Amino acid sequence: MKEILLPRARPSRWIEFGFQGLSVLMALLFTTLVLLIAGAPPIEAYRQVLEGAFGSLKRATDILVAWVPLMLATSGLLLTFTAGLWNIGVEGQIMLGAIAATGVMRALQDTSLPPPLILILAMAAGMAGGAAWAGLVGLLKIYGGVHEIFGGLGLNFVATTLILWLIFGPWKRPGIGSMSGTEPFPERLWLPVFPGLRLSPWALLLALLSIALVYVLLRNTYFGLRLKAIGKNIRAAHLLGVPTARYLFLALLGCGAMAGLAGAVQVTAVYHRLIPPISSGYGYLGLLVAMLANYRVSWSIPVAFFFAALNIGSIQLPITLKLDSTLSGVMQGALVLFVLLMQGARARWQPKSAVETGDDA
Amino acid sequence: MTPEWIFGLAGVLAAAAPLLIAVVGETFSERAGVVNLSVNGAMLLAAMAGFAVAVRTGSLELGFLTGAIIGALMALVVAFASLTLRQSQVAVGLVLALLGRDLAYFLGNPFMGMPGPRVGALPIPVLKDLPVLGPLVFQQSPVVYISLLTVALAWVWIFRTHPGLVLRCVGERPPAAFVRGVPVTRIRYTYAVLGGALVGFAGAAYTLDLKGGWQGPISGIDGIGWIVLAITIFGGWHPVRGAFGALLFALLQWLSLVLQPSLPGIPSQVLNVAPFPLMIFALLLTNLGNTEWVQTALSRLPESSRRFALRILRSLQVSPPAALGTVFEEE
Repeated sequence: MKEILLPRARPSRWIEFGFQGLSVLMALLFTTLVLLIAGAPPIEAYRQVLEGAFGSLKRATDILVAWVPLMLATSGLLLTFTAGLWNIGVEGQIMLGAIAATGVMRALQDTSLPPPLILILAMAAGMAGGAAWAGLVGLLKIYGGVHEIFGGLGLNFVATTLILWLIFGPWKRPGIGSMSGTEPFPERLWLPVFPGLRLSPWALLLALLSIALVYVLLRNTYFGLRLKAIGKNIRAAHLLGVPTARYLFLALLGCGAMAGLAGAVQVTAVYHRLIPPISSGYGYLGLLVAMLANYRVSWSIPVAFFFAALNIGSIQLPITLKLDSTLSGVMQGALVLFVLLMQGARARWQPKSAVETGDDA
Repeated sequence: MTPEWIFGLAGVLAAAAPLLIAVVGETFSERAGVVNLSVNGAMLLAAMAGFAVAVRTGSLELGFLTGAIIGALMALVVAFASLTLRQSQVAVGLVLALLGRDLAYFLGNPFMGMPGPRVGALPIPVLKDLPVLGPLVFQQSPVVYISLLTVALAWVWIFRTHPGLVLRCVGERPPAAFVRGVPVTRIRYTYAVLGGALVGFAGAAYTLDLKGGWQGPISGIDGIGWIVLAITIFGGWHPVRGAFGALLFALLQWLSLVLQPSLPGIPSQVLNVAPFPLMIFALLLTNLGNTEWVQTALSRLPESSRRFALRILRSLQVSPPAALGTVFEEE
C-alpha cells in the first residue's frame, strides 16, 4: 500500500533547510580540512576568496562575466538532464562553438561587412558548431549504442586537441604559434562592453534569453512535457508514441547550441581570440550547477552565480597565498557531493509523509 | 641479440600494466553491480597522493598503499551514496571524478616536478635469460608482474571459485542470491571497495613507476580513468578480455608513436588524442550489434552474408551484468 502524500507537510520546510545547512557545513568542514592538509590558513583563504569575488565593483561584475557562459551551458544542460541524458560532452560543445566562431571571425575580419553582422554570424556559427558536436554524441548514442558519457568525454578530448592543433597549425600567429592563442581580432569586432568593465550587456542578454527560453520550453510546451516523459521513463514514453530518438537528439542539439553560444561569447566578448583553455571548465561546472539546483531553472540562476563567484574569488589565490586556484573546484565539488549525500540521508531516515514531490521547472 | 621491436613491445606491456590493474578493479566493482564512475578522479588523486607520500617518507610501499587507500575510500563513498543512500551512482561518481581531479591539482601543487623515488626494473633470475620472453616479460618492473598476476587471479576468482560464483550472481540476479542467504549489499560494498583499491594502486603506479613523478595537469594522467571505464565495457566485464583490450590499446598507441615519423602529414597532437576516438570506436564495435537499425539492416541481407556479419558482431558484442547500476532492497 502506498501512503497518501500530504501536500507539503509543514515541518518539512524547516527540516529541508536544516539538511541543506548541514550539507553546506560539511562541505565547509571538508574544504577546511583540505586547506589544513595543504598547510594553508583556512580563514585567511576564505577571506581572500570573498575579497577576490566582491572586493570591488569591477570584480563583482567579473562574476557576471563568468556567470554568462556558465549559465548558458547550464541552461542547455537542463534540457538534456530533463531528457535523462548525461551530456558530459558539453565541455567540448563549448570548445567547438568557440572554434566555429573564431573561424567565422577570421574569415570575415578583413571584409567590409558591418561588425554587428560579423558578430551575429560568429554567434550563429558558434551555436551551429556546438550543436554539431552534440549531434555527434546523439548519433553515436542513437545509432551506435555508445553511451553519451563516453561519446561526450571522448569528443571533449578531441575538441581540446583540435584547438591546440589550430593554434599551432593553420591559425598560428605570424611567426610562431604559442599557448597564448590565435592573433586577436581587430578591436572593432569585439563584442561591446560596459565602459571600464569586462562585462558585455549583449552577452548578459544572451544568457538571460537562454534562461527564459529553457524555462518556457520546459514549463509551457508540449516539447518540454515530452522531454520530461522521456527522462522519467523512456520505455513508457516510447510505448505512448513519443518519438524518443528524435527528442533525445533535439535535446542534445539544443544543449549543444547553447554551449556553443557560450564558446562564441568567450571568443567575441572576453578573450577576443581562441586560446587553449577557452571553455574554462564551464561545461563540467554547469553539470555541478544543474545537480545542485536539483535540475530546476529557477534555482540554477543563483547557484551558477555563487559558483562563478567562487571561481572569480579563487583567481588571486596563487599570488596571495601560493595556493592553486582549483580550490574553487574543490569547494564546488564538495558542496554538490554533500548535498547529494544529505538528500539521500534525508530520504532514507525521514518519515515518508514529509518528503515532498515538487516538480516545477 | 635482442631485436629492437621486442623492447618496443616490452614498453607496451609496461604502459598497459596500470590499465590492466585498474580495469580488473572496475570489473570487480561492476560485476557486483556497482558502476564506479569516479575512476578518473580517483586515479589522479591516488597518483598525486601516492607520489607525495613516497616523497615525504621515501617509501614506495607507503606510496602505493596511500594510492590504494584513496581509491578504496572514493569507491566507498560511491557505494555508500548509492547502496545505502539510494542516490544515483552516475551523479555521485561523476561529482567524485571532478572533485578528485581538482583535489589532486590543488593538493599536488607543491609536489609538481619534484624528484622522488621510482620503482626500478626487477629482472627475474633464470627467466630473464629466456630468448624473446626474457626481455619481453621478465625484465620488467614489479608493477608489470603484479598486473599480470592480478588478471590471472581475477579470472580464477571470478570463474573458478565459489565466492566468484556468488559475485556473479549478485551482479546478475540479486534477488536469487538474496534468497539463498547471500548478503547482497555487503558483497557489493566489498567488491566496490576492493575494485577502488586496485584503481588507486594503478593510479599510484603512474607517478611511482611509469611516468616517474607528478607534473600537475601535464602529467598526462587525466583521461586515463575514462579509458579504463571504456575498456571494462569493451572487455565485456571479463578480466582476460579486458586485459586484452588494454594491451591492444597500449599497442595501438605505441604503433602510432612509431609510425609518426613516416606519416609527416599528421601533426603530433592528433596522435596524442588517438586513444579517445579509439575508445569511442571500441564502444561502437561492442554495441553496434544491439542497435535497432543494424538489426533491421541485417535482416535484409542475403542469408550467407548475414550469418557472417552476425558472427562478427556477436564475437564483439558484450552484455553487462543484468543488475548493473541498480539498487537491491534487502527487505
